[in-house]
Amino acid sequence: MNDAVLEVLFAGPHVSVQDAGRTGLMRYGVPASGPMDRLACEAANLALGNRPECSAIEVSLGGLSLTCRAGEVSFAVAGGDFIVEHAGARRGSWIIATLRAGEKLAVRTGPWGSWAYLAFAGELQSPLWLGHAATHALSGLGGGKLASGQTWMITHAERRENREGDFPCPVFARPTHKARVTIGPQDRFFAPETVQVFLHEAWKMTDAWDRMGVRLSGPLIAPEGALDMLSDPILRGSVQVAGDGVASILLADHQTTGGYPKIATVLDCDLDAMMQLRPGDPLHFEAVTPDEAIQIARVSADRRRRYCDSLAKARGSLEMRLWSENLIGGVVDATRS
Amino acid sequence: MRRQFPYFAPIAEHSLLVEFGEQIDPSVHERVLALDAALSAAPFLGFREAVPAYACLMICFDPQATDHLAVKAYAKALLSQPLAPRSRTPREVEVCYDADLSSDLAHVAKTTGLSTEAVIAAHLAGRYEVYMYGFAPGYAYLAGVPRPLWMPRKPAAVRGVPAGSVLIAGPQCLVSTLTMPTGWWIIGRSPTRILTRDPDRPFLFDVGDPVCFRRVSRADFDANRHE
Repeated sequence: MNDAVLEVLFAGPHVSVQDAGRTGLMRYGVPASGPMDRLACEAANLALGNRPECSAIEVSLGGLSLTCRAGEVSFAVAGGDFIVEHAGARRGSWIIATLRAGEKLAVRTGPWGSWAYLAFAGELQSPLWLGHAATHALSGLGGGKLASGQTWMITHAERRENREGDFPCPVFARPTHKARVTIGPQDRFFAPETVQVFLHEAWKMTDAWDRMGVRLSGPLIAPEGALDMLSDPILRGSVQVAGDGVASILLADHQTTGGYPKIATVLDCDLDAMMQLRPGDPLHFEAVTPDEAIQIARVSADRRRRYCDSLAKARGSLEMRLWSENLIGGVVDATRS
Repeated sequence: MRRQFPYFAPIAEHSLLVEFGEQIDPSVHERVLALDAALSAAPFLGFREAVPAYACLMICFDPQATDHLAVKAYAKALLSQPLAPRSRTPREVEVCYDADLSSDLAHVAKTTGLSTEAVIAAHLAGRYEVYMYGFAPGYAYLAGVPRPLWMPRKPAAVRGVPAGSVLIAGPQCLVSTLTMPTGWWIIGRSPTRILTRDPDRPFLFDVGDPVCFRRVSRADFDANRHE
């Protein structure tokens, strides 16, 4: 068996191991966790020839650098446009290369994006919780956070030469400044004018942002009267408004219930691209009906499926490049834009 | 504005919230659990998960397979049938009330006008039921604190409260599973694991289970405590 041994030289805050997430356990207080940008993590795995749900390292704006102590392993970086420094070369996200003993690899914040995924042609060994490596930040359960000095092992490490090179970043993986929402389920706690303010005013992402949620800056949209609501379930994408009128969007490691009213819920199919915004970036909300939400989600899933199928099938960097250049619109190569 | 219950609220492209009331009420919670049980016995195509809370059930589904209207019709059909009683398993939680493990016990006694032993006796006499999990993994909200012990939350949360703390606020009690800040009152510490580490049964309780507390000595607590 071939192992590759990686040593962490530096890891910023919120850099952790993720996999597709542990779904179905919200009734026990456990959110799914998993990648903040699920599409990018899946793309990194598929482009490398892995199963889409394999464990990968989620890199935050804080960045990550590591060195390979032993072995060799091909890796993919997808998500945002981070700077990937490896073996003396400086490139962007959406790339596959091979890391060898003695080489360093750094993934740092680049032209755009907030989260990147580092996947390996092999099995990243980490603790599991409830069968999954996805790290639940609050408890630290799962694969865990990365910190300098740690050693991580990749078993069944392979070089996949035919996968090396660039792969395309689809336009729908780029940050979206428009988040589509359905209103509610607790909009009854807000004056109708307040709901209009929520929909028509400009919002900004803030740096009060972790895997549990992101606080927004914008108008205060305080709920009306005394808050006498019971704790209700929270979902990934719930827009919750605290008593002081500050709005937050709940994310991958969200608490599963909460007693603040949820004025709206961001469509799940818009969340991945929204996660690639940065603190200070503008965001606005657009209300859609539940029926429209279903239609939007189906179109989005089709588009994603086509992209993911083509990644999984792609063989050889030349062919991949030809494939990406032949695509009619809809896909651009982030490293060249 | 009064709403008619059950009230169905569609959420994003993937969920339907079914509300049965606006209060903590055993008959309302009974309806939540009945629909939850009926769904788990006969899930529809595209069902992902259901999350019971005090007065509502969140139903999550796959938008590729179904939609809000179909799920609402399915839930209504289930609710129109006689609701089968759920199977419930009584659970026991051990608790040690020694002073260094129960930093608020004296304050609770003072506020309620009871002796600390009377507070302990009242807590042990409570008949609890798991109303929901929430906030964090394994945080099970147990309703059933006897009325003389109902305390409003602390004005500010206390940080670093150890896992296993037995906490009360109003009619609710919970046994924490992580070291976390809390504004609830710390009246004891439990060696019983809610996150069991048993892969076949990773959480001690199911929602709806009755729970009782059993007092243990310091020696028993120390022998079984969380490391």
